[in-house]
Amino acid sequence: MTSDLDATTSKGLRNRYAICGVGETDYMRGSKYSTRSLATWAVKNAMDDAGLTAADIDGMLSYSGNDSTFSTFVAGDLGIRLNFYMDVHGGGSSTEALVGIATGVIEAGMCNTVAIFRAMNGYSQVRIGGTGARSAAPITGDQIHMRAYGWQSAGQMFAPTFMRHLHDYGTTPAQVAAVKVAHSKHASNNPKAYYRKRYTVEEVLASRMICKPLHLLDCCVETDNATCIIVTRTERARDLRPRPALVRGVVGRCCRPRADNYYQHGPLATVAGHYAKDLLWPNAGLGPSEVDLTGSYDAFTFTAMLQLEDYGFCAKGEGGDYVSNGAIELGGARPNNTSGGHLCEGYTHGMNMVIENVRQLRGEVDDSCPIGPDGAPEHTYDYGEGGCRQVRGAEISANLGWGTPGLGSAMVLERG
Amino acid sequence: MPLRGEYLGMTLTIDDVDEENREFFRYCHAGDFRLQRGRKSGLLRYPPTTACPWTSDRESDWVSVEGKGIVHTYTEVRHPIQPAFRDLVPYLILLVDLDTQKGEPTEHEALRVAGNLVTPDGAFAPPETIERVGIGTRVRMVFVEVCEGMSIPHWTIDEEAEQPDPPWRYPDA
Repeated sequence: MTSDLDATTSKGLRNRYAICGVGETDYMRGSKYSTRSLATWAVKNAMDDAGLTAADIDGMLSYSGNDSTFSTFVAGDLGIRLNFYMDVHGGGSSTEALVGIATGVIEAGMCNTVAIFRAMNGYSQVRIGGTGARSAAPITGDQIHMRAYGWQSAGQMFAPTFMRHLHDYGTTPAQVAAVKVAHSKHASNNPKAYYRKRYTVEEVLASRMICKPLHLLDCCVETDNATCIIVTRTERARDLRPRPALVRGVVGRCCRPRADNYYQHGPLATVAGHYAKDLLWPNAGLGPSEVDLTGSYDAFTFTAMLQLEDYGFCAKGEGGDYVSNGAIELGGARPNNTSGGHLCEGYTHGMNMVIENVRQLRGEVDDSCPIGPDGAPEHTYDYGEGGCRQVRGAEISANLGWGTPGLGSAMVLERG
Repeated sequence: MPLRGEYLGMTLTIDDVDEENREFFRYCHAGDFRLQRGRKSGLLRYPPTTACPWTSDRESDWVSVEGKGIVHTYTEVRHPIQPAFRDLVPYLILLVDLDTQKGEPTEHEALRVAGNLVTPDGAFAPPETIERVGIGTRVRMVFVEVCEGMSIPHWTIDEEAEQPDPPWRYPDA
């Protein structure tokens, strides 16, 4: 699986940086909090998790689609004086890319510790499903080639790619629905998840059609929330309370040919992960078979499947079998999105899936297991409804971030 | 003055500085589907852009292209997102491989042109027509006027062409 391709991250940095703190707000609808307030809440929770004070953080990164607050506001509110910050445009695929940027700016001596946040009222303000004020905005220039055709929301934009996978490989809607089934099982054991109900394949297929091949339950939730992860040097992370999650390798916003006009190139059912894998695995120095759990972005059931396939967790075209044979469920060979992900826990443009894997690698996933005398959960590994969701012996995780079929990011973490 | 028109109740505009799109839609308004052909590569490209994606050069010529092709993929929208489409569901969004330059310069590339499925006179196709269309259906281009200087391309079934029997369609339960 490994190759000698030159990669974006110096292999010399492998495991030299770590995620030392993670935090989030509640996953809500009708939050009644501004994105500035949500971000402040999430960053503070991550600081508390790491045991860091405002004086310990001097870098900040955030991403948004003109729907959020800015680092200067959040840092100032928390009493953090910044030596470096940047607020970038983007949605899914940003989290992993910004971890890579954080390691680079620390390595360059620009700062020491970087808090990365995403704050959004994805239900109450700028709706992630694409309805609301943005859907009625005037259509200008390049947008005419898409929005004038009623081709605008994420689901509408990606659906032609998903349809091609069904056509090219004989993948069935029932196989893909198994992603929702698995993630809803995971969410039922996650006290934080917005939706904790377990679903069956039949219920997914019986839910109303949004745009073929996407049923309502093939689509993620819309929620209000903020999330934060903190990146620093591994040697510094080792002085802190939490066990560090080491950054083994990272790929940031790797693109298919033609990037935004990716659909001019083909095959259409091959997504950016096909290219990103050739950076990810050499950077990490391992391959998919050594990964214990995945966080494949589930804006839709299909996105999780397509990426697992193109990053090599199964052969091309066999994603339908891989996601429906039990492998991606807790107790299976390689569970995916053990928090319930975007389909169930909440929509964060990718960051909650990284937070989940950090906690998995620590062995500290929050579930309904009894709390031991040291304050840590005593995991039962009983994955029945309302039970455990800790993956036994989790050492290596892979996050596969999705922006569009044409671009993606990825990151391999190792238990420190 | 920006070009400005109303289409299905939506406002469509093209800025003065957006010369590529002004030309593209002006040709469409004249009933002449034209794409840019890079002078170095000799290859056509869609949508309009400033540089050739194969040779990076800016020099190109607008060339008339036959508006015929085959449905590469599609989606059938049942739940409208934009208010303008609220009364038009279900509707099809088609990605059509033009016959011209299909499979060039590499096997899986094509001039893949978007549009809705419409009747020959440009109205949104009724459900019984939608049911006839899938991957593999042969279609031809029709233009719908937005305003003076702007029409947008759409697709209608090419009734004179040999059609797959049946085309591939989403396997409804």
